[in-house]
Amino acid sequence: MALDPETLGQFIDTVRRYVRERLIPLEEQISRDDAIPEEIPAEMAEMGLYGLSIPEEYGGIGLTMAEEVLIGAELGHTAPAFRSLIGTNVGIGSQGIVIDGTEEQKREYLPRLASGELVGSFCLTEPDSGSDAASLKTSARRDGNGYVLNGTKRYITNSTRAGVFTVMARTDLDNKGAGGISAFLVDAKSDGIALGRPYKKMGQQGTHVADVIFEDVKVPADALIGGVEGQGFKTAMKVLDRGRLHLASVCVGMADRLIDESLAFATERKQFDTVLAEFQLIQAMLADSRTEQYAADTMVRDAAAKYDAGENTAMVAACAKYYASEMAGRVADRAVQIHGGAGYISDYAVERFYRDVRLFRIYEGTSQIQQIVIARNMLRTWKEAH
Amino acid sequence: MKVLVPVKRVIDYNVKVRVKADQTGVELANVKMSMNPFDEIAIEEAIRMKEAGKAEEVIAVSIGPQQAQETIRTALAMGADRGVHVLHDGVVEPLAVAKMLKAIVEKEGPTVVILGKQAIDDDCNQTGQMLSALLGWSQATFASKIEVGDGELTVTREVDAGLETIKVKTPAIVTTDLRLNEPRYASLPNIMKAKKKPIEAMSPADLGVDPTPRLATLKVVEPAKRAGGVKVADVAELVSKLKNEAKVI
Repeated sequence: MALDPETLGQFIDTVRRYVRERLIPLEEQISRDDAIPEEIPAEMAEMGLYGLSIPEEYGGIGLTMAEEVLIGAELGHTAPAFRSLIGTNVGIGSQGIVIDGTEEQKREYLPRLASGELVGSFCLTEPDSGSDAASLKTSARRDGNGYVLNGTKRYITNSTRAGVFTVMARTDLDNKGAGGISAFLVDAKSDGIALGRPYKKMGQQGTHVADVIFEDVKVPADALIGGVEGQGFKTAMKVLDRGRLHLASVCVGMADRLIDESLAFATERKQFDTVLAEFQLIQAMLADSRTEQYAADTMVRDAAAKYDAGENTAMVAACAKYYASEMAGRVADRAVQIHGGAGYISDYAVERFYRDVRLFRIYEGTSQIQQIVIARNMLRTWKEAH
Repeated sequence: MKVLVPVKRVIDYNVKVRVKADQTGVELANVKMSMNPFDEIAIEEAIRMKEAGKAEEVIAVSIGPQQAQETIRTALAMGADRGVHVLHDGVVEPLAVAKMLKAIVEKEGPTVVILGKQAIDDDCNQTGQMLSALLGWSQATFASKIEVGDGELTVTREVDAGLETIKVKTPAIVTTDLRLNEPRYASLPNIMKAKKKPIEAMSPADLGVDPTPRLATLKVVEPAKRAGGVKVADVAELVSKLKNEAKVI
């Protein structure tokens, strides 16, 4: 449901204030401790942030994509670990159910995902398979009325907090392609599930990724998303389509923060008796960053509007994610450069963000995968027209 | 009991305030406005009283232009039950506000009125006290703790010497200090629900009050810029400068 401008404005104001007053002061602490204070998830749940993308009839807020990207950009202004808390429930951990789930599955899971009571996590990547569906090895063998899952999932975001996993597993072992893959909803407390130790990462401290190992995990037949085998990869791709726009919006917000940090530093720091901001080479970097951030912002808003209008956004969502994440990388690089030596020192936020933004070009589809998605869509459209 | 909370729409505390070129006031065009932070604390306290079962209804009142309704909506999103909006464009002074609030209090019959101790735009710190005098109610200003008792409130006040705890009989006026509580962030579901809560609209004339200002603003200027400091060589020079230049000793 689209909100009226006043309500949306009030919500954006509230989120902006929460980010500024509550989250930004915690950034250094979570970076140092690699842990988020316990009360933060509860506060974010109270504000309704876990249910942003879940329809109202299932207890969520049901924001349109155009609205969700505005909230994504606000949350992008602080350490990405905070956004990651809600990230899977808003995106890959819930959208499989929203898009392709049966009515029973929606009623079973969505209200608890929307309230934050349950955390959803998405298990696609494996030790030998990421974007390459054909190599997906996790199997789901028919067993009486249900299935038995075996396999290892790698780098799974929020797995340590998860209550339910959306697991991509091969139900048709003879079909090596995407058509052999199905999506399951698996209770994280099921027997046979083990978590690996959280990985040490380059950045985004406070968010934990770990391997999830499935060993003879029994799931009932109604755990199959949509109740149909062979649809799992299609579901995953639809989920990622929406997730890409969300992530792109986070990059837009993060770049805006980096520009603010750059401006604050450049207008204070003096060299040769002049503040940095007066030097044209510094101005050039500031201008490039703003121009690219504005371009990405515009792309995200346009693609989100197309998504809401029901258009096929596979290509534009990939364009937005590709450009926005690469843009955030360049803006972070310039922010460090503008800070000079200080930018290499951990006391400054830009040093941390420089490492944090690196992940945006990798997860939920690397830049190279986005390029392929974009090019394939271009070629398909060309061939259809000629 | 009913709790009435007046809320004022002021320039957002994060905005750098600029004086108008003609020195008649401060620039308000295209400036972000929000609820006065002390009033936010007042609303939060009233909602906590309701949540604790000590109050049945929280009414948010704002006197100001049409957009003051947004401020009331913020209070409703936090948890107030309904709003009263007195539409008035232009300057209002504490005495006129207190008179209008008195009329609303007589109509609504609250047991407690919680106000911010001052608004961050004019820093008057007068409205609560004036309202108390006009109504002949007890007052407890600068509250950092409020306990609701039977027919009385126990209020801890922040005073220059430290903390002072007093008991006041209800009905009473309380004004909030900064440390009373930390206001909550409104949730989106509650922001949406707030749209459906009623706001009663009225005018100063409906309340029988003439809001015409009694004070004339002669001019508004920016505070003097801080001059750069100097390093002194020794204590003797410091004392000499304090005596002869700063003339403070």
